[in-house]
Amino acid sequence: MEFVNLFVRSIFIENMIFAYFLGMCSYLAVSKTVKTAVGLGAAVIFVLSITVPINYLLDNYLLKPGALEWLGAEYANVDLSFLSFIMFIAVIASMVQLVEMIVEKFAPALYGALGIFLPLIAVNCAILGGSLFMQQKDFGAITEALTYGFGSGIGWFLAIIAIAAIREKITYSNVPQPLKGLGITFIITGLMAIGFMSFMGIKI
Amino acid sequence: MANEKKTTSEEQKKEDKKNEMILFLSNSEEREAMFSKANRKLLSDPLNDDNPITVQVLGICSALAITVQLEPAVVMAIAVTAVMAFSNIIVSLLRNLIPSRIRIIVQLVVVASLVVLVDQILKAYAYDVSKQLSVFIGLIITNCIVMGRLEAFALGNGVWKSFLDGVGNAAGYGLILIIVAFFRELLGSGKLFGFEVLGHKGATLAESTGLYAFGYENNGLMLLSPMALIVVGLIIWVQRARNRKLIEEN
Repeated sequence: MEFVNLFVRSIFIENMIFAYFLGMCSYLAVSKTVKTAVGLGAAVIFVLSITVPINYLLDNYLLKPGALEWLGAEYANVDLSFLSFIMFIAVIASMVQLVEMIVEKFAPALYGALGIFLPLIAVNCAILGGSLFMQQKDFGAITEALTYGFGSGIGWFLAIIAIAAIREKITYSNVPQPLKGLGITFIITGLMAIGFMSFMGIKI
Repeated sequence: MANEKKTTSEEQKKEDKKNEMILFLSNSEEREAMFSKANRKLLSDPLNDDNPITVQVLGICSALAITVQLEPAVVMAIAVTAVMAFSNIIVSLLRNLIPSRIRIIVQLVVVASLVVLVDQILKAYAYDVSKQLSVFIGLIITNCIVMGRLEAFALGNGVWKSFLDGVGNAAGYGLILIIVAFFRELLGSGKLFGFEVLGHKGATLAESTGLYAFGYENNGLMLLSPMALIVVGLIIWVQRARNRKLIEEN
């Protein structure tokens, strides 16, 4: 039950885009058509559910204050948490590279579909944000971290598909000239975020 | 005769070296003044015509989440300026040494180390603000402005120009941040930098001063995060209405 709660929370209530605005750059840049949005969204789910658990292990067995205790009692006071930014981003960049190579070798069709989006994900704020929030939330087990990563990815996926579908339709509408394109997208996202606030306080 | 030739060739070498040095620093054929017209344009363009947030659509993630109050917004703007200026300088110095296949990882490492520095300095000297900014300092690493300008500018230009480009773009980013935070803090809580500029709101109408004495109420909606998006949308509207060449076709 706890996992269901965490899962639903990470999709709707703590939605990466509507609650924290993470990954907005690619969200705005790649949401012109639903097809590309699906590709990028799938890649984000994939990478988030790999990197968050790995960074969880890294944080708990290497970086946290006292995390090095397994090496011996004299390491119990070592606090390497100031290194977490560099370690997390290194893990993310290398995982993205690795995932790209594996997908290219074993699933060329998927590789063709994801195309340029895979490498771009290394610099998507949502991925690093997932790891940093994971560190802040102080999860008790790696399965919780995995649930959180997967749920956040799905939340991002839903958000980008929704805005892409709206943008496809809105090209036929009569939007004021200076508001066309970027401006109206911002305002729609704001209204969608207000809608998503209605999930606040739901507990399962 | 032979001696003379030697000196000229030596002089030639010296001259070459000097030119190389200039090339290295400014990346242009002839020496340019430090604040020539082109260089000034690098600083002023991102403030309006080429604004990183409203025109290039870079770095929006952090711009929206931390604009409830002016103080964190100003701190964030300063932090981003420092990171951008130095990362542009470092990457521009290294630009001929970085193999293009691994350049993204190299850039990330440079940016990440600078961000760690900024984070530690903030924790030491401005702990409250650093708590307020929480993960968003760390997210400067993946701030698209930093990576975008490194890719688009610092990898192909000299040190001084890259520095100006970094400062200019960070200023454009900070400008939008501060405008949004100004409206959100003023309308949302009636304060600026924590001072009650619209008067004090008491328990009853009689105890209130300033605007609140006439029954003015704060707009709580402005404090919610979605309003940041809508305020930026309105800023884009105003900017494009004044500068019609920025209007998109569809």
